[in-house]
Amino acid sequence: MIGTFAEKILAQKAGLSRVRPGQIVTVKPDLLLTHDNTAAIIGKIGDDLKKYNVFDREKHIIVLDHVVPASSQKAAENHQKVRDYVKEYKIKHFYDVGEGICHQIVLEKGHAQPGMLILGSDSHTCTYGALNAFAAGIDRTEAAALLLTGETWLKVPHSIRIYLSGKLPAMVTAKDLILEIIGKLGADGANYCSVEYHGDVDHLNMEERMTIANMGVEMGAKNSVFLYDEQTARYLTERNIPVKAQRFVWADPPAVYRQTIDVEMDKAEPVVALPHCVDNVVPVTDVLGTPIHQFLLGTCTNGRLTDFETAAGILKGRHIAEGCRLLLLPASKSILQQTMASGAMQVLIEAGGMLLPPSCGPCLGAHLGVLAPGERCLSTANRNFKGRMGCAEAEIFLAGPQTIAWSAVHGKISDPRQIRS
Amino acid sequence: MNVWKYGDNINTDMLFPGRYTYTCSTAEEIKPHLLEDMDKEFAGKIKSGDVILAGKNFGCGSSREQPALGLKAVGVLAIVAESFARIFYRASLNQGLLLIECPEAVQAYQPGDVITIDQENGRIHVGDKAFSYPPLPRAIMDIWQAGGLLPYARQKLASAKKGDTHV
Repeated sequence: MIGTFAEKILAQKAGLSRVRPGQIVTVKPDLLLTHDNTAAIIGKIGDDLKKYNVFDREKHIIVLDHVVPASSQKAAENHQKVRDYVKEYKIKHFYDVGEGICHQIVLEKGHAQPGMLILGSDSHTCTYGALNAFAAGIDRTEAAALLLTGETWLKVPHSIRIYLSGKLPAMVTAKDLILEIIGKLGADGANYCSVEYHGDVDHLNMEERMTIANMGVEMGAKNSVFLYDEQTARYLTERNIPVKAQRFVWADPPAVYRQTIDVEMDKAEPVVALPHCVDNVVPVTDVLGTPIHQFLLGTCTNGRLTDFETAAGILKGRHIAEGCRLLLLPASKSILQQTMASGAMQVLIEAGGMLLPPSCGPCLGAHLGVLAPGERCLSTANRNFKGRMGCAEAEIFLAGPQTIAWSAVHGKISDPRQIRS
Repeated sequence: MNVWKYGDNINTDMLFPGRYTYTCSTAEEIKPHLLEDMDKEFAGKIKSGDVILAGKNFGCGSSREQPALGLKAVGVLAIVAESFARIFYRASLNQGLLLIECPEAVQAYQPGDVITIDQENGRIHVGDKAFSYPPLPRAIMDIWQAGGLLPYARQKLASAKKGDTHV
């Protein structure tokens, strides 16, 4: 079969020999992810669930991660409703508070696999494209309907091909690369599109691919996806998924793309996304010296082992500047344990970092790490929208973990290439 | 009818702040916080039948559906934008809220213009000018006409269940 990744996988899932961009297809997702919003989702369909039951109890993954541990009685009651639902409907895959952020859990526990169609009631569901899945975000109501019917419609997207060449220089990370791409394409540059990464992607490890795929929605993409290669196979094998069960899909020529973009990784540099848009991207050298009050290292974008080790490498033997805060937000319990075993977490805490439970709360201003009016935060998260961290009069800047660690030492935005060990 | 006009890249945090996402989920809880961080007057002054006009990429950002649910509940007749972000587009359709992608209509609007919409024929009138927009594909029109995705899914489930008993 010829076509783009999106055309091929959606044809396969719809049972058609070929589909074209713009075509509406009916599909049955392989997995449905929901998180704390499960309580609101099942609240919409209480009577329907009693009548029709859950369409497939093995396809629903639930991770409690957004307001954890509960910050109020209301949040606690939400969690309780979810636990009751899990029990009553015998939902197979449930991860309670403390396990980690849903996107990391779906990846590290081996749920996301190549060639799967995964929908989730969270916009960063697109992260699973790192493992060659077609993964897209949906709203709560759609998740409710999927629980009952198991199927939905999708419009076959146009595709954008991003050709990466070369290798990232020292002190430049995957976060800088994806911010540069978003800056180039714009916040709606990939709207409704499937974004495929081609070229020297073997120079990007699985964690880097996750960072890049995670940010797809920040340029409007429906999904963003990497090919399946030896690194993907190894990641899955480590999670007890045998290679022969790994059914990858990839574009075949002559696939037609709406746009092709060439990006030279060798020329990438540390960048910063300025408030209040993710595509407001400038080289770090344009904003050197901007005073920062809070630093956030972690989240589903940059909360993995390499991110913490990169930061620890910089902060070892140093301390964050006086009057600043450094929040550490690992993406999962398992990652937290890895950072403890490697010693990175110890270094970061000695340097002045404060460890938060693996969760989403600070990122969206829902729980912990809220900013005050006039404050600035330099964050490895994926969004810098006005009000995002709980205060509409604060400012959020986005960057990679190396820039955050080095800037924390100075209390102001600093160029990590200036580090002299 | 009032027209509320906004710019490009109006994101979900501007439409409904993240700090309320796990404390507000019903229409009554959502309404007072609509557009709170962007336009403090909106929630108090929005009336049934009002129209929102916006630029590119309206609704970008999170998958949160509260803005779509809340705007439908306060009676917004339609959101007319140069373009919409995809999750917001689906979320609105699923609430039965009308979204119209028509850059010409947005650009033609002058303060004081009355806007009327003929969804049947895909026409929008802005003052004395009229513009066409492409109709929804059949499958999607069915969802909108049912009043949203859950009423639509219930119709389908009920007829499937009926079918079963006949077999």
